[in-house]
Formats: sequence, C-alpha cells, structure tokens
Amino acid sequence: MKDRELPSLVVLVLPVVVVALAFFLLPLVRLTMIAGSGEDGLGAYLAVVTTPRYFESLLATTLLSAGVTFATLAISAVSGLFLERNRFPGRNLLISLLTFPLAFPGVVVGFMVIMLAGRQGLIGDITKFLTGDKLVFAYSMAGLFVGYVYFSIPRVILTIMAAAEKLDPALEEAARSLGASPWRVTRDVILPALKPAFIASGAIAFATAMGAFGTAFTLATNIDVLPMTIYTEFTLRANIAMAAALSIVLGIITWLVLTVSRSLAGSTVAAAG
Amino acid sequence: MVDSRGRGTSIRIRECAKTFPDGTRALEPMSLEIHGGETVVFLGPSGCGKTTTLRIIAGLESPDSGGQVWFDDEDVTALPIEHRNVGMVFQSYALFPNMNVEENIAYGLKIRKFSRGEVSSRVEEMLDMMQIHELRHRTINQLSGGQRQRVALARAIAVQPKVLLLDEPLTALDALLRERLRVDIDRLLRDLGITAVYVTHDQAEAMSLGDRIVVMSHGRVAQVGTPRQIYFEPRDPFVADFIGTMNRLSGVVENGVLTARGGSVELDEHPDGPIEILFRPESATIGNTGNSMLQGRVSGVFFLGDRTRLIIEEAGEEPVIVETAGSREFETGQRVGVDIDRDAILVL
Repeated sequence: MKDRELPSLVVLVLPVVVVALAFFLLPLVRLTMIAGSGEDGLGAYLAVVTTPRYFESLLATTLLSAGVTFATLAISAVSGLFLERNRFPGRNLLISLLTFPLAFPGVVVGFMVIMLAGRQGLIGDITKFLTGDKLVFAYSMAGLFVGYVYFSIPRVILTIMAAAEKLDPALEEAARSLGASPWRVTRDVILPALKPAFIASGAIAFATAMGAFGTAFTLATNIDVLPMTIYTEFTLRANIAMAAALSIVLGIITWLVLTVSRSLAGSTVAAAG
Repeated sequence: MVDSRGRGTSIRIRECAKTFPDGTRALEPMSLEIHGGETVVFLGPSGCGKTTTLRIIAGLESPDSGGQVWFDDEDVTALPIEHRNVGMVFQSYALFPNMNVEENIAYGLKIRKFSRGEVSSRVEEMLDMMQIHELRHRTINQLSGGQRQRVALARAIAVQPKVLLLDEPLTALDALLRERLRVDIDRLLRDLGITAVYVTHDQAEAMSLGDRIVVMSHGRVAQVGTPRQIYFEPRDPFVADFIGTMNRLSGVVENGVLTARGGSVELDEHPDGPIEILFRPESATIGNTGNSMLQGRVSGVFFLGDRTRLIIEEAGEEPVIVETAGSREFETGQRVGVDIDRDAILVL
C-alpha cells in the first residue's frame, strides 16, 4: 500500500467502522456494563453458573441445540444424499416442500408444532384412537425439539446437497472397485468428503437453535430455554443486569462454537451462512 | 510380486448391449474375447460406446438382458464391481482426498483384511514399482497430475486384481507427462502380465499400448485388430480416417488405369468404373513434373524438422498430403509430381 492511498482508504472504511460501532460494539459494551451494574456487580456473571435456575436453563439450551444439530444432520444427510442421487417424478416438488420452513417465522413453526402435537393436535387424536391416552408433547422440550429440527432441516439439506453434487462419482466407483461395500463407501469416502458441509451447516443449525425465541415463546409455559429466561428476567422481573449477563453468556457460547467449527472446516462456515 | 505373465484372466463379452433408461442406445450388441495377459485398447471418438463397454466389464453398468460377461470360466454378469476384483484407473484420478498416498494405496488391502505386516510390505512394493517412495506421506492435493495417476495405478494394482481397467488415464495430463507415463504404463502392463482394458480417444496411445485395438463408432465395433492391421488394413473408411492421415483419390478406371484430376495411376485388376483409392502420406513420394503419376501444385508447406509435410492441390478432387525428407525445400505455388507406392494403395 502506498502512503498517498491511505486517506482515501480511511474514507472508504469509515462507513463500516461507524456501523460496527453504532450497532455492535457500543451496544455490546453497554450490555456488558449493564450486566455489572446490578446489586451483585460482576457477580451477575457468576450467578449464571451458581443459580440453579439460570445454569439449568443454560445447560438445557445447549443440550437442546446440540441434539437438534445432530438430529438435523442425520436426517438431512440421508435425505440430502438420496435426493441428490435419485431422479424421480416429483423430486423438485419434494425439494421445494422440504425448503418451505425457510419462509416461516418461529411463531408459525411453534403454531405448527401445536397443531401436530398439542392438546387438539393430530398426534393426540391418533394416539387417543389407538391407545385411549392422548399423547401431548408440544408444550415441552420435545415440542421445541421437533420445531427446531423442522426449522433447521432446509439450510442443512441444501448445503449437503450442494456438497454432494460436487462429489466426483469416480471416487465412489474407485472405492467399490477396491472391494468396498456400500456401507464402507459411505463411511470411508462419502461422509469424509461431506465433512466440511456437515460442520458448516451444523454450526449454523446450532447457533440458530441457541438463539431462537419465537417458537419457544409460542409453545411457552414450561420451557426454560435461555432466550425465554432472558425475556422473563428483562420484562417480568425487571432484572436487567441479569438479563444482560445471560445475553452475554449466550452470545459467547454461540460465538465459540461458530469459531471452533470455522477453524475445523476452513472458511466454509461463513459461506454456508 | 507374483509373476502372472501369461496367466492373466481372460474376459469374454457375449452379446452385450446397453440402452439407457431415457432410451439412448449407447452400445449395440457386441461380443469380444480378450485373452489372458493381453492389453486391449478401445479407441474411438466420444460417444462411441468405448467407456460404456469398459463399465460393463467393470460391473459399473449392467448390460441389457441377454448380455453376458465372463472372467475365465466364471459368469460375472450379475456380480457388482466390489466382487469382481478389478482394478480401475480413472481420468480424474479419483484418489481419496481424506487419505494420504500410503493410505490410498493400502485402502483395498485393508478392505481385504490383510494383516498389518502384509499391508505395509505390499505398499512398500507398490511405492517402489511406481517410483513414488518420496511421496508416501504426502496428501493428495500436494501432488501433480502425473504423480496422482501413479498413486492411482499403485492403488489399483496393489490388490492384485484379475483385470486392470483404465479409463482415459492420460487425458488430463500435459503432453510431456503423458508421453512419459505412457511408457511407464506400457512397461508395467508387460511386467505384470495382467489382462488390461484401456479406453482412449488418442490413436497414438492406442497404437503404442495395445496388443489389439478395438476401434468403435456409434456404439458399434468398427474393427478389431493389431495396431498394424488397423493402420495398414483398415476395414472401412471410418477406421482409415480415424487412424493417422489418409489421402483419397477418386476417378474412373478404364483398362486397369485410374484417371484422376492430376494424372493417372495404374491399378492391378480393377473393374472399369468410378473408384476411390486411399493411401497414406508416407506411401507417396515427390517426383519430377512430367514423368510422375500425378501432377499438382503445392499449397501448403509444413517443415517438421526431420520431414516436411506438403499439401498438394489439383492432383485429385481433394488435396493430397505427402511427407518427404526435411532436407529438400519447397515453396507454395510450386508445381510438383506425386508418385504413389502401388502396393500401399487401399480400395475400400
């Protein structure tokens, strides 16, 4: 870079700096300060771990997100590979149906879960007819799990299909010529080749599940995921410092997972988002 | 290494045709016997059915019903590729990117549950044979195209397959590497004595590697023969044109003498009437105007060092190509005489 280019570069980079300051850095600093402004000062951060209600909420959210991520990856890997390798009538329609949830806000997904597994839901009706007991799980972690998996499948499946399309068919043929069974071909060749896509789309699914609010809010009642806890602390208890501390912790965990997966998968995580 | 010279597995293809689900006929019914230890090259333009035939032998495609593939005395038609014990080499190399060179070569051995000691001694042997010892710990993306194809060859022959199938293995390489690897593949196939089927669209590759060449066109076998037979005794105009350069001279025969645009050629025992004769550039010589068979005008001079390639017009309806010693100089527009070696004239 030549010295006389410096002034114009500063001018060019200025908008980015302003936006970053106004909408990211300043609020974050303010949030961090608010978290330390309560009765316990910085003890609010400690409270995240020491208060059972907060810690359980943190743990539940992380476990739920991890579970959603793995379930979504498993479902999407199988169906994504199937859709990529087979051509049949109605295939395009099926793919567009699978990517439908992309268009829904979390509230609608929550509504759909209630219609499926709520008190008046389809599963309840069927189980009542079959066993006499109504199976209702919409208003619990299980309901949230179903909703999040449904919501995460489109991004993951599209990423996996794109990666599978780029696979050289000769790789699989070479492995088979060496005697590999279909299962070994999948284990030794296909899954390793799709690993970057798994990591990239899995990280996005995890981050989305960690921060999702609308679905949890719709299903409500006895679900204690972190975004809900933050909402409760903020609006109902007016414990703003605690809400801020929880937000920072939620942000840090999600950021850590994205960062680690990015370093594992090269630079593809950002691209998949 | 077990020396299997002359004991390779024979391949018999019986009435194998291939129609794809969309109705495209990729291969008309064909039968062929490949002897044990023989190298057969399938040669033809793209879409001629050569790769389809290779994939039927490999077990990657199944022939239409009625077709059969035999390895020695075993009918392998219904066997999928993983049970046929074939080695395959691809144009795209198809090395596993998540494994290094050594692991790629060892992969087939591990699947066959060789002991750790057997695997490492076999890998060692392959690294020696392909002269890639220093690459053993490299990852695949650190290798050049030529190195990749050596690793792919090592991986394919490590498991001692019954037959080795090569699908355009040199096509992705640049000219110099291609030449060098071709010589190495030739040596390897001779040393191993393995039955090999080699698919290419490059006639030079086919001529230098094949014990026999199967020339294919539009899903049919145009001719099967040794490189010499294919070159000197092409069975039809397609084969004649596809292999090397072929001149055509058309005219009318009267009393055993062909009269063409630029002169006349004496033919032995040909019935009167219109005719087209074929001859190769090296079967013609430049003579003096006046007493040569044909007269023409030089329209193109290509100095190739050891020889000069001349394009001569007005000798026949189509330009005639003649190769002559590089020492003599020609210029365009010059009038020359052309003589044809009468023993080398083909009539199809």
